[in-house]
Amino acid sequence: MAVEAKEKQGTGFFAKLKARLNRGKTWLTGDLLGLGSRPLDEATVEELETRLLTADVGVDATQWLLDEMRKANRRTPGAPASELLRQTALALMQTVEAPLVISAAHKPFVILAIGVNGTGKTTTVGKLAHRLKASGASVMLAAADTFRAAAVEQLQEWGRRAGVPVIAQAPGADPAAVVHDALVAARARNIDVVLADTAGRLHTAAGLMDELEKVKRVIARFDATAPHETLLVLDGSQGQNALAQALRFNERLKVTGLVITKLDGTAKGGILLAIARQLRLPIRYVAVGESAEDLDVFRAEEFVRALVGDGAG
Amino acid sequence: MFDQLTARLTEAIQRVTGKGRITEDNVRDTVRTIRMALLEADVAVPVAKAFVDRVRDRALGEEVVRSLNPGQAFVKIVHDELVTVLGGEASPLAPRGQPGVIMLVGLQGAGKTTTAGKLARHLTERGGAVLLVSTDVYRPAAREQLATLAADLGVGFFKTDSNDPATIATEALASAQRGGQRWLILDTAGRLHVDTEMMAEARELHRLVEPSETLFVVDSMAGQDAVNSARAFHEALPLTGVILTKTDGDARGGVALSVREVTGLPIKLVGTGEKVDALEAFVPERFASRILGMGDVVGLVEQVQQSVNREEMERVAGKLKEGKRLSLEDYREQLRQLVNMGGIGQLLDKLPGVKPEQLAAASAKIDPKQFRRQIGIIDSMTPAERRQPSLIDGSRKRRIAAGAGLPVQEVSRLLKQHEQLTKTMKQLTKRGGMQRLLGAMRGGGGGGGPPPFRGRR
Ligand SMILES: Nc1nc2c(ncn2[C@@H]2O[C@H](COP(=O)(O)OP(=O)(O)O)[C@@H](O)[C@H]2O)c(=O)[nH]1
Ligand SMILES: [Mg+2]
Repeated sequence: MAVEAKEKQGTGFFAKLKARLNRGKTWLTGDLLGLGSRPLDEATVEELETRLLTADVGVDATQWLLDEMRKANRRTPGAPASELLRQTALALMQTVEAPLVISAAHKPFVILAIGVNGTGKTTTVGKLAHRLKASGASVMLAAADTFRAAAVEQLQEWGRRAGVPVIAQAPGADPAAVVHDALVAARARNIDVVLADTAGRLHTAAGLMDELEKVKRVIARFDATAPHETLLVLDGSQGQNALAQALRFNERLKVTGLVITKLDGTAKGGILLAIARQLRLPIRYVAVGESAEDLDVFRAEEFVRALVGDGAG
Repeated sequence: MFDQLTARLTEAIQRVTGKGRITEDNVRDTVRTIRMALLEADVAVPVAKAFVDRVRDRALGEEVVRSLNPGQAFVKIVHDELVTVLGGEASPLAPRGQPGVIMLVGLQGAGKTTTAGKLARHLTERGGAVLLVSTDVYRPAAREQLATLAADLGVGFFKTDSNDPATIATEALASAQRGGQRWLILDTAGRLHVDTEMMAEARELHRLVEPSETLFVVDSMAGQDAVNSARAFHEALPLTGVILTKTDGDARGGVALSVREVTGLPIKLVGTGEKVDALEAFVPERFASRILGMGDVVGLVEQVQQSVNREEMERVAGKLKEGKRLSLEDYREQLRQLVNMGGIGQLLDKLPGVKPEQLAAASAKIDPKQFRRQIGIIDSMTPAERRQPSLIDGSRKRRIAAGAGLPVQEVSRLLKQHEQLTKTMKQLTKRGGMQRLLGAMRGGGGGGGPPPFRGRR
């Protein structure tokens, strides 16, 4: 059976955010009334620089964006600054818009969730289970966070809510063994998708990165094409360190997709622009809350609209 | 951490030509560089701007200390000011009433529950009985997480059938009063500062338990928005301090400055790892260097030394494993690497904010002269001698010494060192100790070899 992670039109995260929180018109330019029609003069550049930095875009990516905007401005002199920013940011973010496609050719399709402590890995795995189940797939969870207290129970609760089985072992067990168990069970039960939750770890902890490599090796021994998705979960309220996380995790584990969580606060997640520029890693989902349905497919257009406005001023 | 900023500062400083006095002119570049460094460390934009402006105003016209140029002097002022701002008296945790209540609040995933466990241990060690309670009825298994930590620690955990945070808190307080515990640690659900319902709940809990300490737990990796959440939490509840978590990573932790500036609260403790004992006092000096990206100087040298040695050792280990012996050529290569590191000493010399005693400690670890002498000795040998040191008899020794312009004893000492090293290496590989040694150097974890991938934290 083909499983597609389909996005329902019109219920994107921008709409949700607007409904839930009174964020104002846009994250970035909402309170910059008048910016919309202003040309890209130096005062506007300075103002924009501040805004971008405040959105966690970071020094490098901010400079790059402003340079690109200046170039675009030379091509179309007098264009409104907000339009230049929108176009530049959109072009960048479109390069990383690539929704996760769960191919039926792989059975089970194996997704490994990784990231630093507290970014929302378990919650994201729970939400994904819910989402995939709703789309008609059979799903199994592997509780490979055997380290943090009650991490297994946390995932089990998500499993209960989504109505999907959770494979777990005793606390302190070898995470690779847990994942292996789950893969064997999934094959026996003809499961479509296995989602493995792992313990949070700082990207600077070499020994713990080794541990993840081992988990990956064990998965690959089971199915040479797996894991089919190595999903790095980033916390959208974090700053420049998220870039370091993406770099290090990618170096060691070849990340194939990103999830950015906690965009329901007032943090803007601008670090995604820096990551897009430096790493070009596909952004799969954005998370905007703690409930099962608070996970949406990443759309560059929506993200940029939320960040910069839709050009209507 | 040390990398880019140092390079850029050096560049900016070199552009500054004026000497003797700090003027508008000669610090403009440096000011910008420092501001960018603060922003890269995630210091909030307005905080970084206000901070740098303040420091510049203070610095203008100031006489530049001999041996420093204006750029360096300015950086030193920034560093010192950072220490001052980050410091301030952090009163120790003291119970007011019986029990003293510590309430932990913050955003989701900041590390509150782990910190509650660490605090329980911290306080128990100092002789006060602790009762832990969680009012996080929302996140799945949040209460189980704290209960597990409490059981591991042998600390009391308040259990109830209620699923109402206010009831849980009230009951826990009554229980600690009856039970005579000195401390009640209240772990709360993570919440967004813009979630009005949840913020109202936090206020209600605060009103019910009247904490001695209300601590804001914040992730050291937090970005620009941290100022907004810190301010909102501080407005909603009277906070009494801050705990900074996950500082064992490589985040520069500018949030420490942001939170300090907008709330004025002391940073009481920092989390330095996942283990329950990884909770330390906040050291402003260390954090100032970290935010500026300069690192702890002696620590830096040790780190570099370790990384050089490690690469080299891995290569040598490979060689020994293949049954090859360590030639004097290999030994010379190692020495060359160590000499290159001497360059760091010079770099440190230029660095602002480096205290003379730190510099002394750093250079004591690397004496390039000694290494250069030894390289000279090996240079004077024939290739055959380098490959097979046993060839070197008395007359060859004298020839080599003369060639290197050094006493014969120096040649003997080098040969002995080399022999010693070869022997040590062999023993290490034989006992499988090399793996352990490398592991220890790599992870910094204890060399006592727990099996890999198990119970390793
Ligand atoms: N507001 C908000 N909270 C989230 C989101 N995703 C996860 N969380 C919360 O963040 C905290 C840490 O999540 P968890 O999944 O346990 O993180 P893990 O340690 O990476 O597995 C929990 O309190 C979650 O409820 C999100 O998108 N928005
Ligand atoms: Mg988890």
